[in-house]
Amino acid sequence: MCPKLSFLPRVGQVPCISGTIRDMNVAVCVKQIPDPAGELSLDPSTHNLVREGKLVLDDSDSYGVEMALQLVESAGGGDVTLVSMAPNGETSGLRTALAMGATAAVLISDAALAGSDALGTARVLAAAIRRFQPDLVLAATESTDGYTGTTPVQLAELLGWPSVTFAKHVELGEGLVKVRRQTEAGYDEVECPLPAVVTVTAGVVEPRYPSFKGIMAARSKPLDELTIADLGIDPSQLGAAGARQEVVSVEDAAARQSGEIVVDEGDAHERVVAFLERIKVL
Amino acid sequence: MEKIWVLAEQSRGEPSSTALELLAAAGGHASVVEAVSWGEGVAQAAQVLGEHGASKVYDCRGLGSSLPGPRVGAAIASLVEAGGGPDCIFVGQTYDGRDVAGRVSARLDVPLLTNVVGLSSGDEGLVSEHAAFGGSKVVRARFTGAKPEVFVVRAKTFTAAATGGSAAEVVPVELPDTGATDGAKVVGRHEEEQEGPKLDEADVVVSGGRGLGAAENYALVEELAKLLKGAPGASRAIVDAGWVPYSHQVGQTGKTVKPSLYIACGISGATQHMVGMKGAKNIIAVNKDESAPIFSIADLGIVGDVHKVLPKLIDAIRARS
Ligand SMILES: Cc1cc2nc3c(=O)[nH]c(=O)nc-3n(C[C@H](O)[C@H](O)[C@H](O)COP(=O)(O)OP(=O)(O)OC[C@H]3O[C@@H](n4cnc5c(N)ncnc54)[C@H](O)[C@@H]3O)c2cc1C
Ligand SMILES: Nc1ncnc2c1ncn2[C@@H]1O[C@H](COP(=O)(O)O)[C@@H](O)[C@H]1O
Repeated sequence: MCPKLSFLPRVGQVPCISGTIRDMNVAVCVKQIPDPAGELSLDPSTHNLVREGKLVLDDSDSYGVEMALQLVESAGGGDVTLVSMAPNGETSGLRTALAMGATAAVLISDAALAGSDALGTARVLAAAIRRFQPDLVLAATESTDGYTGTTPVQLAELLGWPSVTFAKHVELGEGLVKVRRQTEAGYDEVECPLPAVVTVTAGVVEPRYPSFKGIMAARSKPLDELTIADLGIDPSQLGAAGARQEVVSVEDAAARQSGEIVVDEGDAHERVVAFLERIKVL
Repeated sequence: MEKIWVLAEQSRGEPSSTALELLAAAGGHASVVEAVSWGEGVAQAAQVLGEHGASKVYDCRGLGSSLPGPRVGAAIASLVEAGGGPDCIFVGQTYDGRDVAGRVSARLDVPLLTNVVGLSSGDEGLVSEHAAFGGSKVVRARFTGAKPEVFVVRAKTFTAAATGGSAAEVVPVELPDTGATDGAKVVGRHEEEQEGPKLDEADVVVSGGRGLGAAENYALVEELAKLLKGAPGASRAIVDAGWVPYSHQVGQTGKTVKPSLYIACGISGATQHMVGMKGAKNIIAVNKDESAPIFSIADLGIVGDVHKVLPKLIDAIRARS
């Protein structure tokens, strides 16, 4: 059996052989966000998204969690460690992912993180990930609330690792991952040595629902809370000041007028044809 | 502003439409516009890039089996570090554009503004526009000092325009050492067969949503798109359901389209969908629910069943030709 070392800070790769296959330790970046089904608002003075109250696991990241669980399973062993940054100490999204089956979680929470941009977020995630050196980091192609889609690549550059974005299929090879990367015209087959960062698109795997047993087990799984002092990051590089950008204004978008509404009585297609003729499409 | 660089994607000597849109935008804000490009055929692309306002194109050349992110990102960073860098860099929000921008940002320690859907000159430099809350709000933002300012811009934000310039001067770029970051290698490329125009360039887009009921009914959408010489699109609901590939998705997390005509079939009109298509000149919606939000922006709304309306419409159009 392999000792579960991944959660402890460790230096370099620990050769860990169980049978013939090496354990696979995967970190998944998971964002906890305000419930997208609820009312979202911006703080009128800071223009930051209001992140008070309960946060949930970003749906986009549930694919990364599921993918990590499947990869570890296919490798025959290893850990799935969640990494999340949130300004307010929120853990409910992490508990959801632990209930799906992740091994442990690291939460970086600090008031100084409020207003961080993608690069600041990547800095924090990189510092946390360096402490336990996973073989592979998974993230979503983009988050639901921020959707910059750049955090994982910035993270990879800060770690000095390769990255493959827009993965629609991932499997493990000898010391590498094989990825089908979505392209404009189809997909590329990409091979990438580990350690690496891979971002997965929605719909690639079917995220499992946490079972009752999973939910109970999640309560006692290790959840490590770190501050930015623990990570040794200069706070001036984080939060709103570190973002070096500001919102100038927020306005309602211009509305588009609606036109004619026709209830189909079996001949509505004729109205469409007439419309197409008028705009010279036909 | 003195100088703007545009990350200009090209394929086989032909610049992408987004590259030309970004050049047009850059020309409105800077006296010098230069492009950065990669791949075989940059020398050929220099003609059209020049005609659209680029005086130079920095040529990172063919990347072999490498992905563009780390290599082109490192090339841009080292050009900037060597001096003579631009005030701003415009990058298209594309598969590779995001990768390059992310690498540049981390290498140069500069922040990014992403999902830009408009740019204007303010007293203190460029101000970017972003669609927030599914497009119901417009947020304007700017950088507060870090240079170069990197704006990652969504396709179809600007209109390409030729300026009448001559071919851009091609400046070969030495690629710096990228170490382990360049480890990912493309070992095979698969291109799905594509008939008709590309989704984000098509003059007519016919999209389907969950109201189609089943994956096989998407054929109605494809058929109608083909008859109108357009491209088929989709809502995220049916992309996530696996009925069609992600490349078909229209909306906040998919493509922005601005065709002359958009036909939405069995799509409710969630704000995240509408933000990607409400720039269409004409919108037709077919939905069986008269209170579907899509009707609020449709020029012609048909309250009806897609399974009845679409086959008749297809037959009627077919009968004309
Ligand atoms: C962060 C975020 C990003 C998103 N990005 C996108 C995006 O990029 N693109 C996108 O599309 N969505 C996006 N969404 C999802 C979006 O909110 C909606 O869930 C999605 O657009 C709904 O797709 P739909 O209209 O096909 O399905 P539904 O909302 O389920 O609507 C189906 C419609 O079909 C109608 N219908 C049913 N049967 C029939 C019939 N027989 N004939 C006619 N009409 C019928 C129904 O009345 C209904 O209006 C995003 C969501 C989030 C949170
Ligand atoms: N605060 C965060 N904590 C953990 N992961 C994050 C955070 N922000 C972004 N990520 C990861 O990066 C992905 C892309 O986010 P974004 O750049 O915001 O679109 C997300 O889906 C997550 O996997």
